[in-house]
Amino acid sequence: MLLEPFAAGDSFLHRLDPRIRLASAVVYSCAVAVCTAFPALLTALLLSMALIALARLRITAIFKRLLVVNGLVVFIWAVIPFTFPGEALFRLGPLSAAKDGVELAAQITLKSNAIVLAFMALVATMPLATAGHALHRLRVPDKFVHLLLMTYRYIFVLEQEYQRLVRAAQIRGFRPGTNLHTYRTYAYLVGMLFVRAVDRAERVRWAMLCRGFKRKFYSLQEFRAGAGSIAFFFLMCAAVLGIAALELWPGSW
Amino acid sequence: MTISEPIIDLKQVNFSYPGGPAVLRDLNFRLHPGERIGIIAPNGSGKTTLFHLIMGLAKPFGGQVTIFGQARREERDFAEVRRRIGLLFQDPDDQLFSPTVLEDVAFGPLNLGKTKAEAAAVARRTLNFLGLNGFEDRITFKLSGGEKRLVSLAAVLAMEPEVLLLDEPVNGLDTRTRARLMDILRGLDLSYILISHELDFLTATTNVIYTMENGHVRLDRELHFHQHTHAHPLGGSPHEH
Repeated sequence: MLLEPFAAGDSFLHRLDPRIRLASAVVYSCAVAVCTAFPALLTALLLSMALIALARLRITAIFKRLLVVNGLVVFIWAVIPFTFPGEALFRLGPLSAAKDGVELAAQITLKSNAIVLAFMALVATMPLATAGHALHRLRVPDKFVHLLLMTYRYIFVLEQEYQRLVRAAQIRGFRPGTNLHTYRTYAYLVGMLFVRAVDRAERVRWAMLCRGFKRKFYSLQEFRAGAGSIAFFFLMCAAVLGIAALELWPGSW
Repeated sequence: MTISEPIIDLKQVNFSYPGGPAVLRDLNFRLHPGERIGIIAPNGSGKTTLFHLIMGLAKPFGGQVTIFGQARREERDFAEVRRRIGLLFQDPDDQLFSPTVLEDVAFGPLNLGKTKAEAAAVARRTLNFLGLNGFEDRITFKLSGGEKRLVSLAAVLAMEPEVLLLDEPVNGLDTRTRARLMDILRGLDLSYILISHELDFLTATTNVIYTMENGHVRLDRELHFHQHTHAHPLGGSPHEH
């Protein structure tokens, strides 16, 4: 089941206009993604942490999510330093870790954590439905928004159908193993899931046609950017400029 | 009742799915204003197909579909039909595709060209009418089965249809929601066709019951008879006829 544990809340960030939050998150993460200087990246990480504090989210839940991200980061540390050419920083048996490689891995670690934290604070604090409508208002193409919202709506239904299929296999004594029978059964399950998804899509389309659908969606949600939201947006822009300054003139701070 | 022109008039309609046997054969069917028709028939006898033909979701191979006094053949002929006839799908998950309840119920009215404020007002009114106050911001896929059914009924009613087609609306409902749906249907001032496997629900909500056999719709005399005999004093206790 899709849960949105961060969406419920009443912090300053939760009350900001969703469009402002989305736009800030995008601008900020693009800026952080292209930075390479450590002063800039460290500042970004601190800023993201400040945003998390502002959103007053549960720390344990945040750590759980960071664990997922940093699981990938561990792989980067395991590979990049040892495959990069250049001056060796240290040696591990026959492997030598290149200085540039270590730097790159550290940059990726800082960037990904800073961006994920900012998204948790700014975007995960709104229900996905709201995010969809906010994207629509930010002139993201209709097709993309509908794809997002329909996926959100039906992923749960498809999951239930998958569970039904798995149960049907289980009650007839299916136990997964490393054999052709298992692979074939899983292939059938996945195939069946696709067939059912197509069927479902057809019926949903019919239901939409029956209610006068003319290839155009309307959203009922009204957004209003108050003074707080606008001030926040300018603050975020200023922060991004600050990070850019640290990136461009790292020596001058 | 029979003097007025039928709302739905199917004449000699034939239909089969690609590669399959005929589902409907020379079917004749009529719905007049004020009628409440119940259909009880085995699975696979073409009940849902009948609804799809009326809504233009399936096209017959032969015969004539006349709805609101006009022949309906092509996709664009059915735009008006879909506006004036509401179809309640068998599976509410097919019908509720918007993330929140209010948006889903307002979807139809918005498509009919109502402004946001009007559509939201109609949606709220319909939800209140069905006793679903406070459901506006609920997430559709997190509703229970019975709630989903009532919300999808609200979504259909919000378009203010003149006729309802209900495809097994009591399927999977608990007794309480079932009783609630029965009350709602009896309180509606609409003509409708109701498909169900539950005879007692049909007798309580419709005034004539048909069955489908070999691709035809026919008056179910036996059931009809049964329906009336239950009015005698022993109707409440187990007995045989």
